[in-house]
Amino acid sequence: MPQQIKKSPGRLGRIGRKIWHDRVSYAFLFPYALVFITFTVLPVLVSIFYSFTYNNIFEPARWVGFDNYVRLFTRDDVFLTALQNTLVFAVITGPGGYLLSFVVAWLINELSPFLRTLFVLIFYSPTIAGSVYVIFGTLFSGDIYGYVNGALINFGFITDPIEWLTDPKYIKFVIILCMLWGSMGAGFLSFVAGFKNIDKQYYEAAAIDGLRNRWQELWYVTLPMMKPQLLFGAVMSITSAFSIHEVTVALAGFPSTEYAAHTLVNHMWDYGYQRFEMGYASAIAVILFLLMYICRKLINLLLDRVGR
Amino acid sequence: MEANVKKPHPARDTFGKIGHGLSAGLRTVGHFLRKLLKVRTTRSLAGDIFNIIFLTLLAILMAIPLVYVVCNAFKPIDELYLSPPRFFVQNPTLDNLKDLLSVMNNSWVPITRYFFNTLFITVTGTGLHVIFASMAAYVLEKHNFYGRNAFFSLVVMTLMFSSTVTSIPNFIIMSALGFVDTYLALIVPAIGSSIGLFLMKQFMVTVHDSMLEAAKIDGAGELRIFFRIVMPTVKPAWLTLIIFSSQTLWNSTGGVLIRSEELKPLPYALNQIAAGGFARAGAASAVGLILMSVPILIFIFSQSQILDTMSTSGIKE
Repeated sequence: MPQQIKKSPGRLGRIGRKIWHDRVSYAFLFPYALVFITFTVLPVLVSIFYSFTYNNIFEPARWVGFDNYVRLFTRDDVFLTALQNTLVFAVITGPGGYLLSFVVAWLINELSPFLRTLFVLIFYSPTIAGSVYVIFGTLFSGDIYGYVNGALINFGFITDPIEWLTDPKYIKFVIILCMLWGSMGAGFLSFVAGFKNIDKQYYEAAAIDGLRNRWQELWYVTLPMMKPQLLFGAVMSITSAFSIHEVTVALAGFPSTEYAAHTLVNHMWDYGYQRFEMGYASAIAVILFLLMYICRKLINLLLDRVGR
Repeated sequence: MEANVKKPHPARDTFGKIGHGLSAGLRTVGHFLRKLLKVRTTRSLAGDIFNIIFLTLLAILMAIPLVYVVCNAFKPIDELYLSPPRFFVQNPTLDNLKDLLSVMNNSWVPITRYFFNTLFITVTGTGLHVIFASMAAYVLEKHNFYGRNAFFSLVVMTLMFSSTVTSIPNFIIMSALGFVDTYLALIVPAIGSSIGLFLMKQFMVTVHDSMLEAAKIDGAGELRIFFRIVMPTVKPAWLTLIIFSSQTLWNSTGGVLIRSEELKPLPYALNQIAAGGFARAGAASAVGLILMSVPILIFIFSQSQILDTMSTSGIKE
């Protein structure tokens, strides 16, 4: 017993001394950590807290328990539509954009440096071009100025223009196309760099060991070596797949016809910034966080199977 | 046994069936392509040809909206409203750019003010982000202290929470701090971007420990080591952080965070002009070109360094 009493402050003291010894390291970390915690970690905690309150910014928040969540799932049909749309968008644009980035990066890797640079520039440009996606509104415009309608009528596929952006049947299609167009971002660059950096010797060794074609090469050599990049790309895909917001507003308007393009982020902005129901909007944010977190865990499980 | 005879490659086999002449012609093209593309020999010829055709077609599809923006910016007003519409410009003109300039000079807040706002938030936000994220990345990778792994895991975890998703709670925090309707609302969150820290930290492996130790033996302090050894070594990563951060800030419209007209950034003003309808269609198309070209130009000049950085970007778990 006396030994333990003596040991306990000793250990604390050691931790204290270690922290004091590393004070310069903490000082280097501090400015970034302060901002990061305030604007990335705190928002998650704040939204969890406010999701259990009624809060309109002007009055002090009032505790309401699970009311916001109950209301979301039982009395808010638009939320359920938004949830469904978000999942549809996420399931298609997430893996779709991910595969597209991966396949293109893989094919690009076999080209000469000049062609590789050129293709990277073309494929990456849509993501950095800011709000150029509004052009999809012109291309898919439902009137006679729409280029897609013009082309389809010219070639005789249709006789009357299709209302791409106002007909609920087609809105999702255009949004998905636009998201896929802009899906080759940081994850794509990571793939390109990852492919480029795999040592050619591995392929030569694998060819001697009897790998016959590029598919075997991909599965047994390339993919296992690219695992870290694959995970990074997946995280980037989750981010963009669940944050669809400005694209739907710019293309389908707000609210879109029959809420056909309404996403969870749209719904959250509607309640947060139009109606100032911050508690309710926070509950939607929490659901988004949960969905993203679950996706992330699923992807970890999937990537564990690569190359086996 | 027949099965033991080495079979010709399936692709070559197919070509053989089509006819010797065609096969020889394709082979010449294929060899030329191979030379051009420097492909390894374990690959099939048909695959290589398919590869380049597929990539070219996809690239054309991807480039359509971008080419359209460029074409539109130089179309005279009657071509913009042609029916049926024409994709390419017939009689290129600079009228739209001139029109944009005159519209901008007539607005009640001078356009230079919007431009200054965007430039100011982009430069300050990006600069502080690069310095602070590099300092943090350096100690996270090279120093050993309590909480460093926990902190980095937190950064990796939050990589996927984009500013769009955290917008509502962020707004609540900003209101509490009194940042709403000041430059700080746009600058400060950009400093704490998690993707920047993540990429920088992963790239810190390129800094050799021996260099740091040698500097320490020579009696250099941490700040000196950081600015004299670490920062010059991770230069490719700065450019990457700069392009990611400046992209976000350059394209920021201020949204709900900036209300005062004289603090609004340039994209807001340009969007307002673009929303002006028929009379402003020409100016609007010029706006599209301007907003698009700046980030693309920055990327063209920094792409090789960015790819260097991205090669260490994997998440290891």
